[in-house]
Amino acid sequence: MDRRWIFLAMMLAVGTPILVQLRPTETAGPLSKATFDAIEAMPEGSRVLLAFDYDPASEGELQPMANAFVHHCASKGHRLAFLALWPLGAQKATETVDTILKPFHPEYKLGTDYCMLGYKAGNEGVIKVIVTTLLQQFPTDASGTPLQEVPMLKGVANIQAFDLIINISAGYPGAKEWAQYATSAYPDAFTLLVGTTGVQSNQLYPYYPGQMEGMLVAIKGAAEYEVLVNEKYGKTKAIAEAQAAMRKSSGIGESETQVPPVLQEGQRRMGPQLIAHLLMVSLIVLGNVVYFATRTKGATR
Amino acid sequence: MLKRTIPLLITALAGAILIVAYFSPATTNWGEVVTDWMNTLAAVAFILGGGNLLFVNLEKISSRRAGWAYAAVTLLAFVVTLTFGIFKIGAVPNPQFPATPWAGDYESVRAPFGWVYEYVLSPLTATMFAMLAFYVASAAFRAFRAKNIEAILLLGTAFVILLGRTAAAGILTGWIPVDGPFAILRLDTLAVNIMQYVSTAGTRAVMMGIALGIAATSLRLILGLDRSYLVSD
Repeated sequence: MDRRWIFLAMMLAVGTPILVQLRPTETAGPLSKATFDAIEAMPEGSRVLLAFDYDPASEGELQPMANAFVHHCASKGHRLAFLALWPLGAQKATETVDTILKPFHPEYKLGTDYCMLGYKAGNEGVIKVIVTTLLQQFPTDASGTPLQEVPMLKGVANIQAFDLIINISAGYPGAKEWAQYATSAYPDAFTLLVGTTGVQSNQLYPYYPGQMEGMLVAIKGAAEYEVLVNEKYGKTKAIAEAQAAMRKSSGIGESETQVPPVLQEGQRRMGPQLIAHLLMVSLIVLGNVVYFATRTKGATR
Repeated sequence: MLKRTIPLLITALAGAILIVAYFSPATTNWGEVVTDWMNTLAAVAFILGGGNLLFVNLEKISSRRAGWAYAAVTLLAFVVTLTFGIFKIGAVPNPQFPATPWAGDYESVRAPFGWVYEYVLSPLTATMFAMLAFYVASAAFRAFRAKNIEAILLLGTAFVILLGRTAAAGILTGWIPVDGPFAILRLDTLAVNIMQYVSTAGTRAVMMGIALGIAATSLRLILGLDRSYLVSD
């Protein structure tokens, strides 16, 4: 079979569910529940370090969980510090702040409630240093403000002062390094939660639930986690106000508050994934049917 | 001396300090200093990387080797993006310091650097990643054959994971009670169990093997037995 037919079938398998807005119902699994519960268990105002270790190539798989993590933490009133060990991770963090934190949590102020530490070269070397001295690697935040002058980081000597580390990881350096150099070295100091791509998940399972309290695996994990987060924080007061302001500016009348689409990206992507996976299974079956038919035909000749 | 002995000594000293620092709290600071040096070197490596990229691609263009046009595109993209970023060209003025253009936001999509990231780099890399779906589908059709027992096991696992990670699991096996004796046969449960137990057991074994290999290689480097990283004369 000409492989262009396979390409066409895959295009239709992914494109059609997007157009017809196919959205299967998701039920949260144990990993997503563990992740959700870990954030819920933190007292309000806890310090959370979010490491954005991915770039636009993995955005399709990881951005929905990044959005959900930030929305969940902000809804709980946690103070957030963003950093990146990937050069383009800092941009992803800024984008997430712009699309989630600013519109749905307008009460969050830079410096007081969240801060941007930016990107730092050095891979796991950075983790090794900041577990004992944060200032040595980050004398200033991303905008050049000395770290001692950032209100939410006053008195923070190292990242052991953070109650929770959330790592969104597409590879090296990422979740494995955070588990090895942060939680393995200081097991009592950290709670680590991870959001990861499907391909590297099997390398991370050995660290759950020892070094990682929760793990979101690929878009399925993101969709399950979104269900849990949106159930509790999908229609907050700030979201209702943001939507009312949007309706007012576009002249639309009153209507019920909806969970914003940006907080349902993971669930939206499960439709195309379902059909694409079914196509893959069908192709494998078809390939084997052709293979055995050809072999039987060859044997009878 | 400069090319061999000094690099050997630096490697041995840095490696030994990092090992000692890990086991002795009194020497933790030494480890931090060495790691700091490493992080500084990692930043300098970006300059070396940039220089190497220029050298390799210029050489390819000047000798008109196959694919030289791609090298030209790479160079052009590198130089343009670097110029936009380093000189903060077209940065959006900072309202606090309007007279100082360099204080402006150069990562905004209204500035050329931010624009390149948002409208060139981001879609290009996402497209490259998305194209994998097409090639994986084609490869699955051509290569996934139930030729022997091992291949059949692999096929079965692939089916369970592919279906178990989507709503198909609920459609096909959702009728099996979650708390019943046959709950393990639900595709979603099977997928989780395969990942969490079967795959993890194998991964752990591989990781331990790799860790032992890394320890052995590191020891050889520290003791100066492995000198393959040094320049050859």
